[in-house]
Amino acid sequence: MNIDFTKMTALELAKKIQSGEIKVRQAVDAVYESIDKFDSTYNCYISTCKEKAYKKADEVQARIDSGNIVSALAGVPVSVKDNICTKGIKTTAASKMLENFNPIYNATVVDRMENADMIIVGKLNLDEFAMGNTTETSIFGATNNPWDTSRVPGGSSGGSAVSVAVGEAVISLGSDTGGSISQPCSFCGVTGLKPTYGSVSRHGLIACASSLDQIGPIAKDVVDCAALFEIISGKDVKDGTSMETPKFDYSKILDGDAKGKKIGIPSELLGENIDPQIKEAIQNTAKEFEKLGATVEEFSLPIVKYSVPAYYVIASAEASSNLSRYDGVKFGYSTPNATDLQDLYIKSRSEGFGMEVKRRLLLGNLVLSKDYYESYYEKALQTKRLVQQDLLKALEKYDMLLAPVAPTTAYKKDEALSSPLDMYMGSFCTVMVNLAGLPAVSVPCGFDNNNLPIGMQLIGKPFDETSIMQVAHIFQKTTDFIKTPELIQGVAK
Amino acid sequence: MNYELTLGLEVHTELSTKTKIFCNCTTEFGGEQNTHVCEGCLGMPGTLPVLNKSVVDYAIKTGLATNCSITQFNKFDRKNYFYPDLPKAYQISQLYFPICQNGFVEVNTDDGNTKRVRIKEIHMEEDAGKLIHDPWEDCTLVDYNRGAVPLLEIVSEPDLSSAQEAIEYLEKLRAILQYVGVSDCKMQEGSFRADINLSVRPVGQKELGVRTEMKNMNSFKAIARAIESESKRQIELIEEGKTVLQETRRWDDNKGKSFAMRSKENAQDYKYFPDPDLPPIEISDKQIEDIRKSLPELPEQKKLRYVTQLGLPEYDTGIITNSVHLVALFEKTAELCGNPKEAANWIMVELMKLLNDSATLPEDMSFDDTSLAKIINLLAENKITRDTAKKVFAKVFEDDVDPEQYIKDNNLAVMTDNTLIKSTIEKVVADNQKSVDEYKGGKTQALQYLIGQSMRALRGQAPAQEVTKILKELLD
Repeated sequence: MNIDFTKMTALELAKKIQSGEIKVRQAVDAVYESIDKFDSTYNCYISTCKEKAYKKADEVQARIDSGNIVSALAGVPVSVKDNICTKGIKTTAASKMLENFNPIYNATVVDRMENADMIIVGKLNLDEFAMGNTTETSIFGATNNPWDTSRVPGGSSGGSAVSVAVGEAVISLGSDTGGSISQPCSFCGVTGLKPTYGSVSRHGLIACASSLDQIGPIAKDVVDCAALFEIISGKDVKDGTSMETPKFDYSKILDGDAKGKKIGIPSELLGENIDPQIKEAIQNTAKEFEKLGATVEEFSLPIVKYSVPAYYVIASAEASSNLSRYDGVKFGYSTPNATDLQDLYIKSRSEGFGMEVKRRLLLGNLVLSKDYYESYYEKALQTKRLVQQDLLKALEKYDMLLAPVAPTTAYKKDEALSSPLDMYMGSFCTVMVNLAGLPAVSVPCGFDNNNLPIGMQLIGKPFDETSIMQVAHIFQKTTDFIKTPELIQGVAK
Repeated sequence: MNYELTLGLEVHTELSTKTKIFCNCTTEFGGEQNTHVCEGCLGMPGTLPVLNKSVVDYAIKTGLATNCSITQFNKFDRKNYFYPDLPKAYQISQLYFPICQNGFVEVNTDDGNTKRVRIKEIHMEEDAGKLIHDPWEDCTLVDYNRGAVPLLEIVSEPDLSSAQEAIEYLEKLRAILQYVGVSDCKMQEGSFRADINLSVRPVGQKELGVRTEMKNMNSFKAIARAIESESKRQIELIEEGKTVLQETRRWDDNKGKSFAMRSKENAQDYKYFPDPDLPPIEISDKQIEDIRKSLPELPEQKKLRYVTQLGLPEYDTGIITNSVHLVALFEKTAELCGNPKEAANWIMVELMKLLNDSATLPEDMSFDDTSLAKIINLLAENKITRDTAKKVFAKVFEDDVDPEQYIKDNNLAVMTDNTLIKSTIEKVVADNQKSVDEYKGGKTQALQYLIGQSMRALRGQAPAQEVTKILKELLD
């Protein structure tokens, strides 16, 4: 049977598997065939784990055959961003530092997916240690945009977004620290959920910035994202920051309504630093919501302009501390040329980390140092509180916020890295979501003149993923922006 | 010129919770290297700390027992520095909101008065692993078993002014920690260790001198020596017109000297910041009150009760109440023999002698806690002589024998057969005609000699009064 994942959602596949129309092994075969065909063009995967995948597939098949269907996505292959630990499968964070790191434990989300009878098929490319928004800083090479391979796919969950866009994955997991799920979804024309901070366990997620990181699903549509979010979310005793919340139920997404919803658009996110074509797409989206019975209005959220500097100060500070453990002593890369302890530290870290990681470690160390702590780190924390406060206030007035995901569509490769400040400003529309710990769903809402996808995001109240996904689902039902790029086979990386 | 000494101590004590502070590994001391570890306490990528709540309870107990106020909004902070014994390259500690603040401990001063040593703060943190140098291979190995064992750091104000006071304070603090049961305080296992902050200044000078710090001292004797030596060194520098540098020094107890480690200029910037992995801990009034109610009688209260209710001498109670192990033995013995004074006496005289002679610490005593009471009872019933009692107790102390069985096996009970005693003494009199003559000639010391000879012949098991009485009858 010819299975084309560009034309089938995870839930559609699940139904076919659970009804016996497609065998689990066939679904896994289809993923690997697609990887064989297209990954030399797009470079989504860092590694695959065929042996484990087929073993699990047979176990799951046996359960399904005996009528035991443990979850809505039972039997569905899933691909995982390579900063999420998988027991016995190399987890590299796309860094030389962890090139050969083989975890002895699963991330909680991986355990939960396996318990839901999903099949882990491979590990996806990302920016080194999830620092970046282009998926160019991986030591395994850049991932390419499915709509124009000379462009970046966004990042840091670039591999996760592209694999879904080109059908090398049915559904995938990404992680988001400052837009790392939303922005690549926007650049690649797929759908992703950045959940509320605390709703998905971070245990086993290789930390970038602990107070901002959150794992979330990337898929073709909102319903798929919701189905996977139901499986991975919920309190975990292994993560003290995960929260006790009512069980999320994906089926509720299907029967939502936009009627009577009040949606606010922060006017600062429709300002002059946003590409006019993106502005137009957002305004069209607003009109669509109005047609569906919602009221949409612009409002001012002045604090937004401070969110990028606050974000980079906090994210870098936390990362600098989180990444200190990679010192060449216990695990990860260790220089073979050390003369003494100090030299071991310096060389292992200098040789093991890439440029963008080093830039952030330096920045993080600076803002935490005695002389700058107050003027940078503490100020950034205050700003974070203000951003959170103002966004929550806005969410008292509005049911949800609508905004672009990125100021531009996908840019040419190497452009961003040569100008880090511009790259950081590219996170303008997303970092406030992470600073405030809010949920956001990123949904395709148009194409620009270069036929590159444009994404919009709906930002919701804490732990109310349901509302934003309901409205996003209605939007996807009534519009037609989920498209498949023209796939290119077998181009050298 | 006369100088005075200003001392502050930072005590690190390992808590005796079953599991580590942020994972479920055992806190047991020792064990094969790197077997009490998991991915969490090794700081492997993606792992997260999850607070062991009993550490908070232990900290509150300690704070209440040292008269501290409890911080009800707590946070953990990261102290960042690179060292191979620190797996994450940061230590999770508390800088901004320590759990206990503004307490005090009362100690006896050199002049016999009491003094309040203020406690600035007590905070929770994790211990580091241990580096072991292998001289054979010339390499250093790391054992992470101790890593992430919960610690309390107890920081005093600089209220101490002599080595003796410092030791008093440490002994008192250790007793409190042992009483409330938060730590075994075994110095030789590193579960109770101190950093010394010390400065000197001429008597009368208002501002404090420049201080130095000596870290990780783990014996009272070494601490006393280090304080003496360091204050002498600082005074000499001042006398020579040189300046004392603010620095961290390492005390080498074998050499009896301290060595400069790093100066203030080279002091590390630990880049403290709130740990984002650990949500704040809020402590309710109820939790504090429940713990307060559960606190056992503390050394000061016990001391007072022993003096006023049991009529024990103050000096004795001070010694006994300073050790939770002596208290346990005392209370058990007093209860079983019904004579607290006699129990205290045995502990103060015989037990102290045995401990000193064998260089044993009270915590390492290993005999059955009912044995001393058994001996005291046998003595009170005149079933053994005092001399025998001491010998049996020495044997109990050494080998944990059962006193009654030991007395029986070795035939040490007092002789009750008066005819046997008499015939033995008659034989002694017959064999020592010279002494008998001397006695009759008026030399009273000769009687002592004859008593001694008789006791010896009776192997010390006859009541001395009885022997004297019979002997006198025979001679007079």
